[in-house]
Amino acid sequence: MLLTVQDIHKTYQTADGPFAVLRGIDLKLQAGETLALTGESGSGKSTLLHLIGGLDTPDQGQIALLDQDIAALDDNGRAALRRGTVGVVFQQFNLIPSLRVADNIAFQARLAGQHDPAWDAILADRMGLTPQLNKYPEQLSGGQQQRVAIARTLAPRPRLVLADEPTGNLDEATAATVLDLMLELVAETGAGLLMVTHSGNLAGRMSRSLHLRAGQVA
Amino acid sequence: MTGAALQALLSHWWRNPLQLFTLLAGLALATALWSGVQAVNAEARASYDAAAATLGEAQYDRLVRRDGQPMAQGTYVQLRRAGWLVSPVVQGRLEEVRIVGIEPLTAPGGLAPVAPDEGAGIAAFLSGEGQFFANAETAAQLAGLNVIITPQAAPGTAVTDIGVAQRMLGKPGQIDSLIVLPDQPKGRADLTEIAPELSVQAAQEGSDIARLTDSLHLNLSAFGLLSFAVGIFIVHGAIGLAFEQRRPVVRTMRALGMPLRRLIFLMGIELMIFALIAGVIGVALGYVIAALLLPDVAATLHGLYGTNVSGTLQLRPVWWLSGLAIALGGTLIAASGALYQMTNMPLLAAAHPRALAMAAGRRAVILGVAAFVLLTIAAMMMVIANSLVGGFIMLAALLIGAALGLPLVLDRILLVASKTARSVTAQWFWADTRQQLPGLSLALMALLLAMSANVGVSTMVSSFRLTFTGFLDQRLASELYVRTENEAQAAALEAFAEPRTEIILPIQSAKALIAGQPSEVFGSRDHTTYRDNWVLLQQAPQAWDTTFAGQTVLINEQLSRRAGLGVGDEVVLQETPFAIAGVFGDYGNPIGQVVLGAEVFATLYPAVTPQRFGLRMDPAAVPDFVAALEDATGIPASQAVNQAEIKAISLAVFDRTFTVTSALNVLTLAVAGFAILMSLLTLASMRVPQLAPAWAMGMTRRQIGRLELLRAVMLALLTAVVALPLGLALAWALLAVVNVAAFGWKLPMYLFPLDYARMGLLALLAAALAALWPARRLARTPPADLLKVFSNER
Repeated sequence: MLLTVQDIHKTYQTADGPFAVLRGIDLKLQAGETLALTGESGSGKSTLLHLIGGLDTPDQGQIALLDQDIAALDDNGRAALRRGTVGVVFQQFNLIPSLRVADNIAFQARLAGQHDPAWDAILADRMGLTPQLNKYPEQLSGGQQQRVAIARTLAPRPRLVLADEPTGNLDEATAATVLDLMLELVAETGAGLLMVTHSGNLAGRMSRSLHLRAGQVA
Repeated sequence: MTGAALQALLSHWWRNPLQLFTLLAGLALATALWSGVQAVNAEARASYDAAAATLGEAQYDRLVRRDGQPMAQGTYVQLRRAGWLVSPVVQGRLEEVRIVGIEPLTAPGGLAPVAPDEGAGIAAFLSGEGQFFANAETAAQLAGLNVIITPQAAPGTAVTDIGVAQRMLGKPGQIDSLIVLPDQPKGRADLTEIAPELSVQAAQEGSDIARLTDSLHLNLSAFGLLSFAVGIFIVHGAIGLAFEQRRPVVRTMRALGMPLRRLIFLMGIELMIFALIAGVIGVALGYVIAALLLPDVAATLHGLYGTNVSGTLQLRPVWWLSGLAIALGGTLIAASGALYQMTNMPLLAAAHPRALAMAAGRRAVILGVAAFVLLTIAAMMMVIANSLVGGFIMLAALLIGAALGLPLVLDRILLVASKTARSVTAQWFWADTRQQLPGLSLALMALLLAMSANVGVSTMVSSFRLTFTGFLDQRLASELYVRTENEAQAAALEAFAEPRTEIILPIQSAKALIAGQPSEVFGSRDHTTYRDNWVLLQQAPQAWDTTFAGQTVLINEQLSRRAGLGVGDEVVLQETPFAIAGVFGDYGNPIGQVVLGAEVFATLYPAVTPQRFGLRMDPAAVPDFVAALEDATGIPASQAVNQAEIKAISLAVFDRTFTVTSALNVLTLAVAGFAILMSLLTLASMRVPQLAPAWAMGMTRRQIGRLELLRAVMLALLTAVVALPLGLALAWALLAVVNVAAFGWKLPMYLFPLDYARMGLLALLAAALAALWPARRLARTPPADLLKVFSNER
């Protein structure tokens, strides 16, 4: 099993008191499987994604990635997990504005010590980014920037790809193109994909989907 | 991992070269001003040490005559025969060069740069022709003599054999002092038996010169530190802005698996590399500044203290290493806050849309509290500070407290202005200015420091100059001053002048150590010149009468303050106690002074004969008198100086003394102007999203540009308004506390409104010039860039 999430709880302190975002979530994901996480705003989708990605820690429960308990890892351990095993695609692209496209694509793989220039070139070619490799992010359109972000995520060949509304900032046609490419490449690498989305259309293209409501699986 | 992270971090600077320039230039300027001043200080101190080593003042006890006059060579021979291990020294001036004559065979090792390996042998040194040791600068003034150049020689000093020196200085058979060697034989005869007229002067831990000039160097260091603080404000601003702008990148890097500690470490290393680069540039610039300032400082020290400082700068390892250290330390101080914030930044917090404005409210409160505490300390120190250190603590607390409180004061003023604004443009302008304040506050603090330092120091200097001018009018009352070369000339002068002048006032003095203070004792002839012109700060009844009668003495303010002596206390001269009848102001003199009646002076110091004279006469008769004097006595006109000339010389020395201060003033103001320019330039890129809505709603780009310019000038004006009272407080502190502790005199404070107005205009001009380019850039922002603000796909 690639990913096992068991009885995950997460509560945030707010001005109105504690707010339970996740209240006992369970899910499993196998390698090569794609899963859509859907739900209304505030249902806990992004929080769950962040916990699985080691960006935050749960209050209770277990998250096992390739049989390793993420919650038991310290800050350095979680950073190592984010570098190599997990790749995250953000809605806001989060590219490094001062690096050229080619350096942005290679960045995470270099951090992970798994840089493969040939694989970078393939990713750039498949994403249609080859003519843009020497440009800076600000010179690209939103769709192009998201394609750079996806290529960067796939460059270290992660076992699990997490995508947080990756097409949320794009128009419909661009979103469809970007998603097609992402699904294709994820399938080729054999990674698992967990994608947060509001779109029923996008969710329909995943192997299966999980709907969250008020911090629980609906 | 490290390579990729470093590339990402460094690429920020590559893409934002202006920010990099701000950071490097700010740090380099700060380091340059600091290390420049330190280089001057180090050079001067090295010169004092070399001078002290030449005469052995620092290491060895010396025998001198109690009355300060030279001793006969026979005394030296008597002492040697009685078993005293002493070595003779004679010294004097040959034009601008101090000639020191020593006897190498008896002089202790390590004294003077007389080393055979310098290319000279003892035989050559002792030969009748004479061989001199001096540094290159001094050697150039000794053309025609056999000079061995050695960099260890004290500046302005040439060392030679005592016989040669006696001959050159016209002191045949005379010795000024005898160096007492360590390890004297036991059982030698008592000094009082062989030479009762001599006394032992103990070796000084630090040279007299160094002690006297410490206060001037401390003032220079304080100025250097102030300039450094202004520079650090720039660096702090640049680092803060860069970190704020890189916040999202740091989050991204962490999200992609970069450990926080490694990231902070790399950012620290990155900054240290910049600090080193800026430090090297700064030290090089500092060297240039020092080379430019050194001649003026050397002239100042010569004018104030009669000391010689080498006019050539040497590259001392301690100096450039400390310059680099201060660059690294300054960067660390400036960056520590930003790095600390970074360590506490949560990984998932949303990226903040507006750089620098974040946490401005909370920071303003902290700064306000810190300002209040510091200003309270300054107020307390104003009451209790009576030392140099206390004075500088007060100044530091006052300046830093005021600087920290400035944003709060400006914020309140802008709030009131925005509430009273009527037109919509004015309302937007004030509100927008208020929003800009956090980003500009560091530059404005720097401007406040620079302007208040300008007001304070110029008030101090101008007050000093006014007082000094008045003082010269009092003290230089004689219409003509004549210097004689020997007793025969002095007698001829007195005989010639007696029937042709109102009175002859001999100027005669002897050196003495009074209440532990190096001082001069003057014997003055009874005349209304003194009674009418000298201002006594404290006096007993009939102070002049009792003094001229030989019953009491007058002392100067320096001696009074340093030795804690006042009217009614006693001083001992040649074992005779005298009551103090008055204290007189004596500005510009570093050492103590005692005035007593000419008759009693002659009794106490019989060996001293007057060589200089003040002559009272009709000013119109002076030129004819000088000509007649030369004809009748052979005393050349060059030995006579009229009152106007001597006043002009004194004022020229005074003005040159403060050339360094003025130069540092201008430099500090320039650095502050640079701080404003850099802040505005770096903020300009962030201004586009803020200004685009105003443009979209109908304001023209030109209008926006003009308002940007107006904003900078208005903020500078408000800062100037705060700087004026702060500068006056600074001037008061300098005059009433620092000067008293440093120089021993208290000066009245005068105000110079025209100077302040001119300085204010200069500051506004600097702000306007600094704002011109950024405002022009904003006014020319292409509409496409403004439209990007409204694009969803930015």
